[in-house]
Amino acid sequence: MSKNPADYKYSQEHEWISPAVDGVVTLGITDHAQSELGDVVYVDLPVVGDSFAKEDSIAVVESVKAASDVYTPVSGEVIEVNELLDSEPGTVNTDATGNGWICKIRLSDPSELDELMDAAAYEEFCK
Amino acid sequence: MNAESIKCTPLCDKHVALGAKMVPFAGWNMPVQYTGIIDEHNTVRTACGVFDISHMGQFLVNGAGSTEWLNSMFTNNLNKLVDGMGQYSMMLNEKGGVIDDLIIYRLGEDDYFVVVNASMIDEDYAWLSAHKPEGINLVNKSADYVGLAVQGPACEDVFAKICPGVELPVRNGILMFNADGDDVVVCRTGYTGENGYEFFCPAAKGVQWFEKVMESGAKPCGLGARDSLRLEMCYSLNGSDLSPEKTPLEAGLSWCCDLSKDFIGVEVLRQQKAEGRPSALVAIEYTGKGAPPRHGYAVQLPDGTPLGELCSGVLSPSLGKGIGMAYVPTALGKVGTEVNIVVRNKAIPAIIVKKPFLKK
Repeated sequence: MSKNPADYKYSQEHEWISPAVDGVVTLGITDHAQSELGDVVYVDLPVVGDSFAKEDSIAVVESVKAASDVYTPVSGEVIEVNELLDSEPGTVNTDATGNGWICKIRLSDPSELDELMDAAAYEEFCK
Repeated sequence: MNAESIKCTPLCDKHVALGAKMVPFAGWNMPVQYTGIIDEHNTVRTACGVFDISHMGQFLVNGAGSTEWLNSMFTNNLNKLVDGMGQYSMMLNEKGGVIDDLIIYRLGEDDYFVVVNASMIDEDYAWLSAHKPEGINLVNKSADYVGLAVQGPACEDVFAKICPGVELPVRNGILMFNADGDDVVVCRTGYTGENGYEFFCPAAKGVQWFEKVMESGAKPCGLGARDSLRLEMCYSLNGSDLSPEKTPLEAGLSWCCDLSKDFIGVEVLRQQKAEGRPSALVAIEYTGKGAPPRHGYAVQLPDGTPLGELCSGVLSPSLGKGIGMAYVPTALGKVGTEVNIVVRNKAIPAIIVKKPFLKK
């Protein structure tokens, strides 16, 4: 079964959000999402300093066959992006919830986290 | 395409059992990948892969006058074929635009086996029927066969195991024979740029032959790899790179058009040959880094002048860079021309190159 860390939150668009530390979370796509996409060959990362509202397209993950938008389930400012993905986009496949993270976001509304699913609910959602 | 009308090949359940991701293609539910497109692509370039091509169409044409009639329907010259040999050809509309590209094999005098695209079976059959003189037989055999494209440098080893003692036909050749009690057809052709053949067997025995081919060393491969493999070779895909609005001369396929004979659409081709083609299908390769090129992305000169849009595009697994094809005004489409591909408002530098992308 897919690897969904128990302390992460999950969106219906198959993104994960790590627990907030000092108001900052990490965002990525789930193991289920990378498996559906197939070989990831390119990740269009956001620009550090840009702000996004909940449900904005924050990145694009591209497989050989398709380009898929990544929608942020939380609002905030991008403070760091995973530059490893420029040279090793396949990390999204091999380690979606770890080294395949996409960006770090400073939350503008931490209460948005409460609207997301926990790991058990997300696994149920994927069935 | 809604779920009720989508068609399944006899191998569908087997694909699902093998873990394939299924997608709709040309009205068929087809495997896009099993383990991964890049892995499957590389397997065909270095070893051997097998593709389900049961969705493709097969027609038989025979009866006195068949050669003369088909020569009036298709662009290539059938008088160049001897028994057991095939050729790539095109069927055009009155405007010289492409209805379909196909391979036609000569089985004997006035006796032909024609392989056409899946999406065009009904349209091709209707067009041919509407133009067919009395006394010539045209039979749609598409539902009778399961087709397996066995492709890659190890394809001959696979064939030696599935049909021991049988010699593969030469390049572009066809062989019909009986294997283990089944009437089968082997065509020495493909859509990948590798050594390969297309094997057609009775539909009811398709799963058994598919299993036998896999047990003999061919890895199942999906449409994703089929697309990246063919695009590296600049092989045209009807519906993307070929269209009823573009002639084969514009598509760069004049080599399969004999303008010295008469066929539907020839006047337009002769005129384009004399006066020049309005557009040309060119091969474009990234020189900079950027998101993979895809169908529909704009192609511009570096100053922003629009040239056209990509009909096909992919991040080439063999070359590690973006490749694509686009129709551009002929005068602006010279090899060496620097262009930009526009992806989500970002201009990615690229250059028009000689075909094919992959020099073998």
